[in-house]
Amino acid sequence: MIEAEDLTKRYGAKTAVDSVSFTVKPGVVTGFLGPNGAGKSTTIRLILGLDAPSRGSVTVNGKPYRDHPAPLHEVGALLEARAVHTGRSAYNHLLALAETHGIGKQRVKELIDLVGLREVSRKRVGQFSLGMGQRLGIAAALLGDPQALILDEPVNGLDPEGVHWIRNLLKGLAADGRTVFVSSHLMSEMALTATHLIVIGRGRIIADMPMDQFIRAASKRVVRVRSPEGAQLREALLAPEIEVIDIEPGLLEVSGLTAAQIGTAAAERGIVLHELTPKEASLEEAFMELTREDVEFSARNEQAERDALGASR
Amino acid sequence: MSTDAAGGTQLAQLSAFPANGRVTQVRVARSEWRKLWSVRSTRYSLLALIALTIGIAAIAAAVVAARYPQMSPRARANIDPMKVTLAGVQLGQLAIGVLGVLVITAEYSTGMIRASLGAVPKRLPVLWAKAGVFGLVALVVSIPSVVIAFFLAQSLLSSHPQLHLAFGAPGVARAVIGAGLYLTVVGLMSVGIGTILRSTAGAIATFVALMFVIPPLMNILPTSWNDTASPYLPSNAGQAVMSLTHGANTLAPWTGFGVFCAWAAAALAIGAVVLIRRDA
Repeated sequence: MIEAEDLTKRYGAKTAVDSVSFTVKPGVVTGFLGPNGAGKSTTIRLILGLDAPSRGSVTVNGKPYRDHPAPLHEVGALLEARAVHTGRSAYNHLLALAETHGIGKQRVKELIDLVGLREVSRKRVGQFSLGMGQRLGIAAALLGDPQALILDEPVNGLDPEGVHWIRNLLKGLAADGRTVFVSSHLMSEMALTATHLIVIGRGRIIADMPMDQFIRAASKRVVRVRSPEGAQLREALLAPEIEVIDIEPGLLEVSGLTAAQIGTAAAERGIVLHELTPKEASLEEAFMELTREDVEFSARNEQAERDALGASR
Repeated sequence: MSTDAAGGTQLAQLSAFPANGRVTQVRVARSEWRKLWSVRSTRYSLLALIALTIGIAAIAAAVVAARYPQMSPRARANIDPMKVTLAGVQLGQLAIGVLGVLVITAEYSTGMIRASLGAVPKRLPVLWAKAGVFGLVALVVSIPSVVIAFFLAQSLLSSHPQLHLAFGAPGVARAVIGAGLYLTVVGLMSVGIGTILRSTAGAIATFVALMFVIPPLMNILPTSWNDTASPYLPSNAGQAVMSLTHGANTLAPWTGFGVFCAWAAAALAIGAVVLIRRDA
């Protein structure tokens, strides 16, 4: 269980996370979705106590992360930025982290096997591919057999097999009753693993709801209509709240009406239809629709934000 | 790679998380011990420390021994056999200083610090463990190095009884062992500087400025200021313990060493404060 209350983080003039409150519950995979720069990584750093909040608080399993006697047993985290000394081997990296909690070599070796790094575990981490680095990060996150997992963009750089593995791993961890909090900027990835969704844009929570509800709320229903009498049909359907877009001659996309309503209207006027297809907007489209303003904002202000960050560090 | 199965069931088959699994200072120290010895820079820097401390002492002693017969009485009088013996410490301190800086700044440059502080979010145990483990290693390497340097240099100087120093003579053992202690505290101060500055380049530059650049620059100050302040600079204060002669403008051996320890303690204390306060 992760609970954030009025969580706020400012870096100089820039507010990276703005009065965010949410609860991540155990037993399900909760997706943390937002465009790049929306505040996902900052929120995760605040949960782990790597950054101190400017205002508000966040607890993990009832306490601030740093107050737990065995932090790695409470939360296992995979951070977006690499957190590994490049000159150290994967084995020594994991063992050094394990030793802070009295975790033995056996568990470290088993985790190396679990994430599929056995052959390279004595190699310097600097020689690892991005995908191998992610697998190492996941092994580190699992070291303490944590009640909660926080993974920032875990599928980044993984091959398809690795992506598939991560999805199953996350679902299995949630099925164990653990809290699983996974960030991504890709809606399609979230849709395959998460059952609950928290969407963040420009440092604020935009949506916090079950995945299926989000899909229903966010997607715009569109009906594809093919007709040799496109112009007449357009005339027949046009009304306030109803949008008709010409995709190509004889092909329309209608939003605001169901396929049945369109079919009935066409029949009443004797208009011939060759196709009538209800089309659900893809999740990616729904997500982009929801966060469009934030993305535009962040693109415009990217330079200014970088300057502000540089000045505050 | 057997990676295609439900994660939860796989995890259940692993060795269990220990029942007494929690963070303790001793465990963090064990972790820092592993971190120290699992990167190359540690062995290289310590080998450099040993080679410089012993090698330069041997070279200096050999040169002095060869030239001694041709020297004027005045030049002979100016030779301080203890300085010859400990000539390598001046460069050796660079090796231990760089390693002390790297112990912490390499974590910042690679991002490892996030994993370290993620595992130990109270943070200070990490700094104490780094300082303790590194200080111990520095001590265990430095003391034998200066003792070997002493006996090697003395054997090379043995043809000239005037240059002979007996280990048991007043102040000699103190100066030799003191040189080892000095190198250790140089390392500890560097850990503090590295913690404060986080950047490898910045911390090494600061270390070099403090130990090598500022002391000679003091000569541009009015003499009375220079005479008052110079003895308290870290290198001058610290090296008082490794000298057999003490003038009006140098501190007494252990007083000087105490002042130097205070510098190192201040660096570590400031490091501790900023480590707690700053975002990682």
